[in-house]
Amino acid sequence: MNSATINSILRFVALVLLQTLVLNHVNFLGYINPYPYILFIMLFPVGNNSTWFVFLAFLLGFCVDLFTDSGGIHAAACVTIAFVRPAILKFSFGTIYDYQSIKFHQTDLGSRLGYFATIILIHHLILFSLEVFNITNIILILKKTLFSSIFTILLCTIISILFSPKRK
Amino acid sequence: MQQIVNFIIRNKTALLFLLLFGISLFLTIQSHAYHKSKFISSANFLTGGLYNTTHGIGQYFNLKDKNRQLVKENQRLRNLVFNLKLDTLNTLAIDSTLLGEYYRFTSAEVLKNSYSLSNNYLTINRGKKDGIKQDFGVITSNGIVGIVDNSSKNYATVLSVLSIKSRINAQLKKTNHIGSLVWDTKSPELVQLVDISKFAPVAVGDTIMTGGQSAIFPKGILIGKVENFSLDVGGDTYTINVRLFNDMTNIGHVYLIENFNASEIKALQNKADE
Repeated sequence: MNSATINSILRFVALVLLQTLVLNHVNFLGYINPYPYILFIMLFPVGNNSTWFVFLAFLLGFCVDLFTDSGGIHAAACVTIAFVRPAILKFSFGTIYDYQSIKFHQTDLGSRLGYFATIILIHHLILFSLEVFNITNIILILKKTLFSSIFTILLCTIISILFSPKRK
Repeated sequence: MQQIVNFIIRNKTALLFLLLFGISLFLTIQSHAYHKSKFISSANFLTGGLYNTTHGIGQYFNLKDKNRQLVKENQRLRNLVFNLKLDTLNTLAIDSTLLGEYYRFTSAEVLKNSYSLSNNYLTINRGKKDGIKQDFGVITSNGIVGIVDNSSKNYATVLSVLSIKSRINAQLKKTNHIGSLVWDTKSPELVQLVDISKFAPVAVGDTIMTGGQSAIFPKGILIGKVENFSLDVGGDTYTINVRLFNDMTNIGHVYLIENFNASEIKALQNKADE
């Protein structure tokens, strides 16, 4: 058990609790909730075993589902973004990613924002499609996706700036 | 054989992804079927316990509101009790002499409530230990809340009326035209009453209450009042927007209704269906 593992476990528990006990009850304008628990997936150390990573993402989504009585919608959205994350990393950070040693707090804010936004949009689209589960309500799905995404991107950026290690 | 093993090892992440995605899709589809969300619910030991702890802290914040509600309810019940002799013909109010025989009420506290999803659940602090089972009705002093969906030893989940899955039998208070209560997910204050015959004399402001047709709720539990209404596309039935008496976003204490005759009624209805 090195410090990175303990760090990940703490992050996992803290984000699930924050999400289910606080942020699920925001209900801004009636239906807009932020879902920044996926920061765990977005900031998971690169270069680790990707099979293990997909499984952890499933576990994360499953925990949130357990609390919200929502079947498997969070789990489905989480495994998907965990699976496509390598492609998005390459797309957002370009060559740095090839060294397999990217440090998220060292990347510049612009590309980090792009990375967050892409993953969050994919996650929320899957999440709300499965939640509404009715293709005739496509407008509702897109509306929820858009507004919640803006909220989540804002929160994720703020959290990642606040909790990043101090630059020396 | 070697190649198959190699293929699996090479694509193990993709295969695991497909497997886990399949599992979560299965759970999602299961949760959309009425009364089938058996596997995952927040009525388990871990989440229920955690909600219970946080509720213990949070409940102090709205004690004043809850007290006011209780006093109001007491006042209403006192009015009912002392006017009972004069008004025995009023069968719309729940006949209190029958309560002991047919229905049992249990009180519970709401640990968790949601109203922004398309299927909303409440978690309450009563479970199998208190005799709570699936299909018990859940109400507050203002009106209906939902139906018990799942229960564990100490906790139970309630499928809220704010759910695309629930269909609750309801009727107009002034006539006996019945319909079904559904939700279009748009607003937590409005539910829809569909399949009301076009011959029903509906007017804005009319009271909607539960009909006696289901074995879950007794007849006469208040639901809400008519906000507006329109004829269906077919032109045969009304679709009525009902403004709930309950503020579904703020529910503290609820009552669970057990119908002692539910199994008998259900058995009879099943027989009729065959």
